[in-house]
Amino acid sequence: MTKFVKGNEAVVIGALYAGCDVYFGYPITPASEIAHAAAQWFPAVGREFLQAECETASINMVYGAAAAGRLAMTASSGPGMSLMQEGLSYMAGAELPGVVVDIMRSGPGLGNVFPEQSDYNQAVKGGGHGNYRCVVLAPASVQEMCDLTVKAFSMSFAYRTPALLLADGLLGQMMETLRLPEGELPRPETRTWAVEGTAETRRNLITSIFLDVQTQEAHNLRLQAKYAVMERESYCETYQCEDAEVLLVGYGISSRIARTAVEALRAGGVRAGLFRPVSLSPFPAEALCACAAGRRVLVVEHSVGQFRDDVLFHLAREGRRYQEVGLVNRLGGIIVTVGEVVEAARRVLGS
Amino acid sequence: MLQKRTSGMYESFVRSGRETHATHYCAGCGHGIIHKIVAEALAEMGLQDRTIMVNPIGCSVFGYYYWDCGNIGAAHGRAQAVATAINRTLRDAIVIAYQGDGDLAAIGFNNTFQAASRGEHMAVFFANNAIYGMTGGQMAPTSLAGMRTMTSPAGRDPGHEGYPMRVCEVLNQLKAPVYIERVSVADTPRIMRARRAVRKALEIQREGKGYAFVEFISPCPTSVGMDPVRASRFCMEEMEREFPLGCLRDHSEEALPRAPRASAPTVPQFFGQEADIETAAPAPDPAFRERRLKFAGFGGQGVMSLGVCVAEAARMERRFTTWFPSYGPEQRGGAAACSVVVAGQAIGSPAVDRPDVLVCMSLPAYERFVGLVAPGGTVVVDDSVPCRVAAPAGVRVVALPATRLATSLGAPKAANTLMLAALGRLEVTGLSRGSLLRALDASFRNKPALAEKNRALFAEAEAWIDAHPWGAQSE
Repeated sequence: MTKFVKGNEAVVIGALYAGCDVYFGYPITPASEIAHAAAQWFPAVGREFLQAECETASINMVYGAAAAGRLAMTASSGPGMSLMQEGLSYMAGAELPGVVVDIMRSGPGLGNVFPEQSDYNQAVKGGGHGNYRCVVLAPASVQEMCDLTVKAFSMSFAYRTPALLLADGLLGQMMETLRLPEGELPRPETRTWAVEGTAETRRNLITSIFLDVQTQEAHNLRLQAKYAVMERESYCETYQCEDAEVLLVGYGISSRIARTAVEALRAGGVRAGLFRPVSLSPFPAEALCACAAGRRVLVVEHSVGQFRDDVLFHLAREGRRYQEVGLVNRLGGIIVTVGEVVEAARRVLGS
Repeated sequence: MLQKRTSGMYESFVRSGRETHATHYCAGCGHGIIHKIVAEALAEMGLQDRTIMVNPIGCSVFGYYYWDCGNIGAAHGRAQAVATAINRTLRDAIVIAYQGDGDLAAIGFNNTFQAASRGEHMAVFFANNAIYGMTGGQMAPTSLAGMRTMTSPAGRDPGHEGYPMRVCEVLNQLKAPVYIERVSVADTPRIMRARRAVRKALEIQREGKGYAFVEFISPCPTSVGMDPVRASRFCMEEMEREFPLGCLRDHSEEALPRAPRASAPTVPQFFGQEADIETAAPAPDPAFRERRLKFAGFGGQGVMSLGVCVAEAARMERRFTTWFPSYGPEQRGGAAACSVVVAGQAIGSPAVDRPDVLVCMSLPAYERFVGLVAPGGTVVVDDSVPCRVAAPAGVRVVALPATRLATSLGAPKAANTLMLAALGRLEVTGLSRGSLLRALDASFRNKPALAEKNRALFAEAEAWIDAHPWGAQSE
């Protein structure tokens, strides 16, 4: 069964198939269709939808529902995501699962509503206070807006840390054919830790305060050990890499443009390939290094090298140098054209 | 009475990190008393298993050391947002938000106000001691005029810091709350009244009737710099002048318990009905040449739905397709545009930088996009648009009287249907006439009368093009 939907709508379909109990959110362009679809479809299947008074309320509602062992989500963009960072830190500190969808727009400040990827650092490095990590997944199609929302819920519950779906205005607004998921996710076991208003869960406690410095350090180290296990579950996709002389690296919408650029380059006699991280946290570092070995690298992104910094960081471990990794990007809501990528790839090869 | 142990509290407060029977509160602090009367009520009403207490930030951040019920710690100010979520997802839980004056009335006031306004099913216990305790005696929203604090060292000056906030009175302006009362724990008779208020608020929760708010005037000897006896007297004499005790509202008799949820289909059942079942997933066909189309005009001319219609037709032929709109203020400001890609394999970029086909229904759209059309491409433009800007070499321009024809046929809003027919007749989409027509029908699936009319318009446009095989075209 298929449905022709916007990326933003596909997110809601994925959430419902994942078993999401409740959606909390505050409107913001270009993420609002997620709230529109949720307002329609959550109640239609007996789930809860509530428009929150602000994004700080949204994320703290997600926190509350998660603390009560429910599957909860919210979605926002730019300024709203910034407002949610404290709440995400609390969720990570209290080890609560939940899904937050970021339909990135151009910043800083009010910026505009057109696509950018400039929330990369905020999402991937943990944008709030403290040493924590979120799961960050980066869809590149309407299908993945749905499928990776499902995945975000399962990873978030597996590691008990918030999961972000990092998309952008273009992915949110575009329509493609969506194959509906085969079935619903099984309900995760929550009774061992959540406070669900039952005798069984009455002595469970959700908090992130550890006044004693030793205990707080131990808590931090335990979180880091958990993230180290999580690190093994990274995902990526490659396209035409086998014989590539130049490797394009991009995530999300940038990878879609890069894919067309690979075809254009090959049509012009340049053997190009594409490496696309599907999970940004955990980052598929080993796969990237293996794929990039012996090849020129060109990063395609819609931010000022935030993503390239991570690519460089991982490649540096293999002894690759800064100069070997090119960057093609646009800002402000302008989409990099295939022509610009092709030209940059030729430059990288020529240098 | 208050020395007696209650089973609503843990026997030993080991959650504090050690075996102790003493709370962490200072001598004479009101929190311990409020904790105890809440715990007593929970135990006596048999609610401990069902209760989820949302602990705030402030001195009572460690409420979970004491209350033997479910406990969740919230971020500063967010207790009622957290409690809202619990109430919305656990219908059988008794939800309590316990907050101090900074948490509830300063950083979290909007969450308080909104939860009260929505009539969330929760009991809110608000400890008002007119000062920030945990952070070291700073001014609270409820600090009295003239009160010296760490951040109002000369005394609170209402002209500079504003007046103390009367939260009960503010919430009493709202329609939804069921019960609002201000009590005090400054002496035994007052504590007895406070006990009754706590029970009332919890009964309202047990019966599922709505939002109950109890404010406790509570002494903080340490931060107001008084001994416990004087601090209690300060509560009774100074604070009660600003914050009069009493019940501001009790609608508990009239309030109705909330209705149970209606039954609903499962997710697969629901989307099974919603899905476009007749359309299978796209099938790869590498021989099919990719088409990139752009549709542009003013809002209201139907350029967005025209794009969707072409994409739907592509889906019917099991092509890969993407549709991407202009959006945001641009859309609302009048200009409208969308991009459609039709392909025989997975599509890379959904953005159309160099269209093969450009459909223009306005002058600004034509002037903005015509120069981008790829060699060998086609521009279909409404003939009301003066094409002063030349198309690039090798690009065919077809001027179609779409708006005029549609208007003369009594359907001025259907110019986009004529454009669709033109795309079919000019054979630029790689899609069959049948699919375009079926997609057109599908777009009016809820308006059969309009479907009929649009089919007729489609045929009219085809006839016009057939009658003007070259006249309307230029290169």
